[in-house]
Amino acid sequence: MEFKDWTVASAAEAMRKGEISSVELVRALVAEKNARDGDIQAYLTFDEDGAIAAASEADSRRAAGDTSPLLGIPVAVKDLINVRGQPCTCASKILEGYVSPYDATVIARLKAAGAVCAGRVNMDEFAMGSSTENSAFKTTRNPHDLSRVPGGSSGGSAAAVAGGEAVCALGTDTGGSIRQPASFCGIVGFKPTYGRVSRYGVTAFASSLDQVGPMTKTVEDSALLAQALFGADPHDGTTALNPVPDFASALRGASLKGLRIGLPREYFVPGTAPEVTEIVKAAIGKCADAGAEIVDVSLPHTEYAMAVYYIVAPAEASANLARFDGVRYGHRSAKSDDVMSLYCRSRAEGFGQEVKRRIILGTYVLSSGYYDAYYGRAQRVRTLIRRDFDSAFGKVDFLLTPVAPTPAFKVGELQDPLSMYLNDLFTIPASLAGLPAISVPAGATAAGLPVGVQFIAPSFADAPLLACARAFEDTLA
Amino acid sequence: MSSEGFDVQYVARLAHLELGKDEASRFSGQLGDILKYMEKLRQLDVDGVEPTMHGHGRTNAFREDVPVQSVDQDLFLSNAPERTGDEYRLPKIVEDA
Amino acid sequence: MKYIATIGLETHVQLKTRTKMFCSCLLRTGDEPNTNVCPVCMGYPGALPVMNRQAVKFTVMAGMALGCDIPRRSAFDRKNYFYPDMAKDYQISQNGAPLCIGGGVEIALPDGSPKFVRINHIHLEEDAAKINHYARHSGIDFNRGGTPLMEIVGEPDLSSADETIAYLEALKELLVYVGVSDCNLEEGNMRSDVNISVRPEGQSALGTKVEIKNMNTFKGIHAAIEYEVARQIDLLNHGGAVVQETRRWDGELGETQSMRGKENAHDYRYFPEPDLVPVELDEETIAEWRAEVPELPRARRARMMSEYGLPEYDAGVIAADKACADFFEKAARAAAPVPGKTVSNWFMTEVLRLVGEGGGDISSCALAPEALAELLRLLDAGTINGPTAKELLPELFEKGGMPKAIVDARGLGQVSDASALQSLVDAAVAANPKSVADFKAGKKAAAGFFVGQVMKASKGKADPKLVGRLVAETLSKL
Repeated sequence: MEFKDWTVASAAEAMRKGEISSVELVRALVAEKNARDGDIQAYLTFDEDGAIAAASEADSRRAAGDTSPLLGIPVAVKDLINVRGQPCTCASKILEGYVSPYDATVIARLKAAGAVCAGRVNMDEFAMGSSTENSAFKTTRNPHDLSRVPGGSSGGSAAAVAGGEAVCALGTDTGGSIRQPASFCGIVGFKPTYGRVSRYGVTAFASSLDQVGPMTKTVEDSALLAQALFGADPHDGTTALNPVPDFASALRGASLKGLRIGLPREYFVPGTAPEVTEIVKAAIGKCADAGAEIVDVSLPHTEYAMAVYYIVAPAEASANLARFDGVRYGHRSAKSDDVMSLYCRSRAEGFGQEVKRRIILGTYVLSSGYYDAYYGRAQRVRTLIRRDFDSAFGKVDFLLTPVAPTPAFKVGELQDPLSMYLNDLFTIPASLAGLPAISVPAGATAAGLPVGVQFIAPSFADAPLLACARAFEDTLA
Repeated sequence: MSSEGFDVQYVARLAHLELGKDEASRFSGQLGDILKYMEKLRQLDVDGVEPTMHGHGRTNAFREDVPVQSVDQDLFLSNAPERTGDEYRLPKIVEDA
Repeated sequence: MKYIATIGLETHVQLKTRTKMFCSCLLRTGDEPNTNVCPVCMGYPGALPVMNRQAVKFTVMAGMALGCDIPRRSAFDRKNYFYPDMAKDYQISQNGAPLCIGGGVEIALPDGSPKFVRINHIHLEEDAAKINHYARHSGIDFNRGGTPLMEIVGEPDLSSADETIAYLEALKELLVYVGVSDCNLEEGNMRSDVNISVRPEGQSALGTKVEIKNMNTFKGIHAAIEYEVARQIDLLNHGGAVVQETRRWDGELGETQSMRGKENAHDYRYFPEPDLVPVELDEETIAEWRAEVPELPRARRARMMSEYGLPEYDAGVIAADKACADFFEKAARAAAPVPGKTVSNWFMTEVLRLVGEGGGDISSCALAPEALAELLRLLDAGTINGPTAKELLPELFEKGGMPKAIVDARGLGQVSDASALQSLVDAAVAANPKSVADFKAGKKAAAGFFVGQVMKASKGKADPKLVGRLVAETLSKL
């Protein structure tokens, strides 16, 4: 089998049967990466020695009878997640030279399960962006059309998986950063319910929104990763105490039959590319054919979601990114002779345009005299948005929507920040409400650009959501 | 709520970001547009609506007061842009806050 | 013109937890720099705070002792400001919903009358790291960074330096008593920002206030207030105006100095800390914590006066220190029926003297309260005499043990056998005819000489009262 065809499930099965070892799988990955990444530019760093060592340890564990499903599976890691001994640049110059002293909880869990976390993939700087063009180091390309973006901010994760250079990857999603690149690259991207996955060790963009999630070739693979990632963490008090579901049993015999699937009318409006609308409509048809009941619903406060998001996320980010000051780690300006200029210049030199823009925006909306009008009001509107979902889920089991208004756009095509922000129109509301949502491939445009659909579920219905997505996947087969 | 009087250099100082003149005027225009877009929130009546922070209602995420040995300090100090001995070095701070 | 000073304090108190506020790093002074650190207290990317339950509990217990209301729900906020001693460049603090609201403490005015100083609220936050200043650079040690810090925000109810110190002393006594802080001023356990304004007598509106930041010692605070009040009055008397500003106290020059030119526009951009969930205290927890707040000095003083019959002075001295009061009460209860006053006499003159000489404290000496009680019971029963008891005490204090066992083993029991003592008296009279002659000649003091001789002959074990009686009887018969 060619490396690009391995899924987590199939590789695990082959390793169990002794058809391939973890070391061989990792060597194949490295070969593929060396062959393809010159074009795709997904990886920032890859610790080859560490990968081989971890893989051979996994092989020993397997020989000793360990049957963990992630044993020996290489996982590409978005470059804002700390792995002990590895860099963690967040695609920013301000963290150049930083070596992490600790494992994020998600990494500790993956390592414990035997996964190999050696490759670090590109992203928009500090996860701010929807195209991965905001990386300080390289512009990652969409494997389906190298002139186009992979989406973002988890663009490196999506491109590595879609480009056959990774079996699976971790992304993070704050307002759509897993789902939109998954849609652009034609893979599965799952953002869990807020609180399901620990954020400890995951560089914060917007603390009340950030969630780590799997980016994989299949829904089944997402479930396998989610099984390892989920769970309360003593290092993260915002993780929920809800019991972790058994995904394998949830996915067994998954079916759309009898499910009530809601179409929020605010998500089906002019402005979406006709080809995207067509593919989403076809997906709705397939759900109906498979026995789902399609229901029209309304989420009346949808139109306010973007304004809320671009207040709340930059506000939190302005504080979260204050620590990058050139004192304890990272970039320090050579041109500073006092502490104040050390701060101001190190940050000016270290941060890119989009990050600066959002820090300024976030600082402004929190500043004296503006808090109530912006941040305070936004958090209240967030409640209204959450209530919209609550009442919709009184009528339906899941919502089905487009992921993004367009397929992948050209590198350099979107210059104006506001039009870039509009990319997240359909993914932001679920983020604000903390809901689980998934992007599943639904088809491709005439030009061969992938388009996904988004399923959104009620809080903590992560396992039913994956079951629904799995059943949808079947309708395409 | 209005973007009037949006003094980008004042906000940049609060954020400890040095902005060049071009950068400042570009941001000023872009952020002005964004803030204008946000004015739509004014249309909503949010009186009596509680703010949302996290989706779930967990409280009291405490830890017990039991020391855990810190990991090797060298890993931290080796990240220091500048150090003197075991301390993080800074330009001389003249006044204590 | 006469002026009235208005003074209000924000007092930061480091809590006596073992670990930091938001991470499990050990709190210990004197360690090598930057050894008690982790991703959380170093403000590393991705690190998250987790609340120290003990710190929350200590703050609430302090609030209970100060008569505060304890709201059922409390939350943390981010206070944004850049300074290199704050690793994240924001401080996790409480702005909107503090742990304790209201309350206050009573102080005594110079004329002895009481004054109640109100507290606005108490909130919990994290302390900054330590910046060391050298000739050409500054260096940061993050060991202290993240120490749980309780801020007691007082109302501007104080009107003089003396009142301020009385307030701080009352706070300190209470907090040490409750056991939530050592309040060691030299170590910076207790630091105050002092707000001072003056206004002409008869004017109700407060004058422009000046803040003096971050002062440790009571002496310094006292001097700074005296100076600052005088400075402001002098300004006003000369037609000047007080500028609202932050000043620092220069102890060497004995003056406050303007900190103008420092980053003056503070805009802390408070917002709810998204990394922490709210604190919600149920009735059960509150009751449990309240039960752990010890009886406070004032109440204890009153109770000790009635329960043990102590004079106000004794009760005051003993109740002021929790360890002393605990020791005394244990001893006094075990010593019954020996009167409390006897116990307090011995405790205050003998035991506290030994404590003072040893340089330690009552809780670290070997003397058990039960041992003191037993010693006083032996004395009361006449088993031993006073000199023996005084001789035994230092030994018990140094080495511990129980007095009865020592008395038995060494035969230190008092001789109260009248016939045995009579023979010693007779021997002394026979051996000292000159003193007998002196007595007969009217020198009554000679009787004391005979008592001394008998005590000496008995190796100090004779019952001195009985000896005195026998000597008097014997001499009067001559």
